[in-house]
Amino acid sequence: MTDGAIGPATPATPLSGASARRRSRIDVSVGGDRIYGWLTTAFALIVPILLGAIAWAVFRAGWPALHRFGISFFTESDWDPVHDRFGAAPAVYGTIVSSAIAIVLATPLAVGVAIFLSEFAPPRVRQPIAFLVDLLAAIPSVVYGLWGILVFVPFLREHVMSFIRDTLHLGGLPFFSGPAYGPSMLAAGCILAIMILPYISAVTREVLLAVPRSQREAALALGATRWEMIWDAVLPYARSGIIGGIILGLGRALGETMAVTMVIGNAHDISASLFAPGYTMASLIANEFTEATNELHVSSLMAVGAGLFIVTVIVNVIARWLVWRTARGKSI
Amino acid sequence: MSSAAAPAKPAVRRTLRRRKFTSNLMIALTCVAALLATLPLILILTQLLRLGATSVNWTFFTHMPVPAGESGGGMANAIAGTVMIVAMASVIGLPVGIGAGLYLAERGSARLATSVRFLSDVLNGMPSIVLGIFAWQLLVRPFKHFSALAGGVALAAMMIPLVTRTTEEMIRLVPVATREAALALGYSKWRTSLSVVLRTALPGIVTGSLVAVARIAGETAPLLFTALGNPFWSLSPTRPIAALPLQIYSYAISPYDDQHAQAWAGALVLIALVLVISLAARFATRSKFGTGGD
Repeated sequence: MTDGAIGPATPATPLSGASARRRSRIDVSVGGDRIYGWLTTAFALIVPILLGAIAWAVFRAGWPALHRFGISFFTESDWDPVHDRFGAAPAVYGTIVSSAIAIVLATPLAVGVAIFLSEFAPPRVRQPIAFLVDLLAAIPSVVYGLWGILVFVPFLREHVMSFIRDTLHLGGLPFFSGPAYGPSMLAAGCILAIMILPYISAVTREVLLAVPRSQREAALALGATRWEMIWDAVLPYARSGIIGGIILGLGRALGETMAVTMVIGNAHDISASLFAPGYTMASLIANEFTEATNELHVSSLMAVGAGLFIVTVIVNVIARWLVWRTARGKSI
Repeated sequence: MSSAAAPAKPAVRRTLRRRKFTSNLMIALTCVAALLATLPLILILTQLLRLGATSVNWTFFTHMPVPAGESGGGMANAIAGTVMIVAMASVIGLPVGIGAGLYLAERGSARLATSVRFLSDVLNGMPSIVLGIFAWQLLVRPFKHFSALAGGVALAAMMIPLVTRTTEEMIRLVPVATREAALALGYSKWRTSLSVVLRTALPGIVTGSLVAVARIAGETAPLLFTALGNPFWSLSPTRPIAALPLQIYSYAISPYDDQHAQAWAGALVLIALVLVISLAARFATRSKFGTGGD
């Protein structure tokens, strides 16, 4: 811009006014770049620091209980605040069972929706249905709980449970034995299934979109029907990504708190019956925290939280790795 | 030869018919799955409108809750409390999330960036109740009382990974040419990032931020042992504060019909709030690609 400053006419001049100003502006911008770099790095570092702080906090808070009961804290089933005996096995059991019900119910639906949307849906209905399914993820947990406790659980008790008992005569099976009050493992599993459905379906849709066109065309060219194309060519290609999505849904189900607390019945029992009330780890913390009076009781609840932390970190790491592996295939 | 092939033909045709039937059946089943998946949403929303609309009126927004057993009253303190907590969470969470997103987008290949991206995904999957324990241990336990600020911190921790990833994605959508043009004109790197790249990506970042706000606004679990809830009017950051989701929870598990009615009304207001924010988010994105505006 100011040609004169670096022109050949003034080769030996010391810093003239203009170039000194330019030099100082360059210094400012280099300094600015450095500060800017530090700042964004600092913000980025907050993420790992936050995760570390969360780990520290849950283990610090749960330490008295973990120290006192050791690993048997998660295998003992006594939960007796009066005598200071705490074992979280019923909550661990309930977490596994309710999440398993949710996965079993949600997976076929979610994968079905994703296949329909990515392969078969006419363009006109694709957007609205995708929007409605995604909207399920936007509904707050407490609203699911409210609907669950006042609408869904009574429905389950009046129609589904009595249908299984009286019409299908399955009351003799251990899964369906005992009194059916409504709030139960089954209710929690069903609500969880609705809640994790959008997550599984969103990941599956994304993974299906990453399957190359040539894969589909090759299958059709070999004479496959449309379903055979999906089943034999598309799904195997997307398999690990879909499994990743399911595990991601599992992670959500394991840690879901409010809706489960409101419909699971909150009882420290290990029962084979899906009609029986139970506890999950998250609902145990949420439900008993306000009643916990002594130090060890509070600490035991926090120790349950520490267990939940470890489980969800493991589950999420596996899920992200699987999804990432498939998504990476897209770019190659 | 031909005599051997002739009887095979009907068999092939039969197989083909069966295969086509299976195919159509399965396609129909995926269609059924789509209908079933949208059913819960429609059921929940219609119930919410039917049961909630009768109790939502002017009083609901302007009055305080009444004691159990009495009818009427409102949730003025809970609505104000939710706004307060969400505002605090946004003040903490948005700058951190956007800053981290800028870092990830601009130094995408650095080893730190890869691990930050991964850890932020892990953080995103963290149950909200664990984040509540974190804020409780950090801000409630040392000071021996519950506070609105602790609730804000718990929700901010939830917000950060969401905002980080959407910010990164949005900044990556800005064409490299835009960045190069600014640099070629003599802009320094940080000016380029902030006044050119960030500015171009702004509508998308606003969308991501609004989605994050909508997500945390309905969050209940972490507030149970941070904000706690408060039957009275309070906007102090250092005292327990009421929140709409907490109020819905305590009314929903109560045995009184009046409180159930209030809970439905609260849920309707909460959903409306979340949907309005989500729609605003969509609108913010649209204006980026639309013809109007600058």
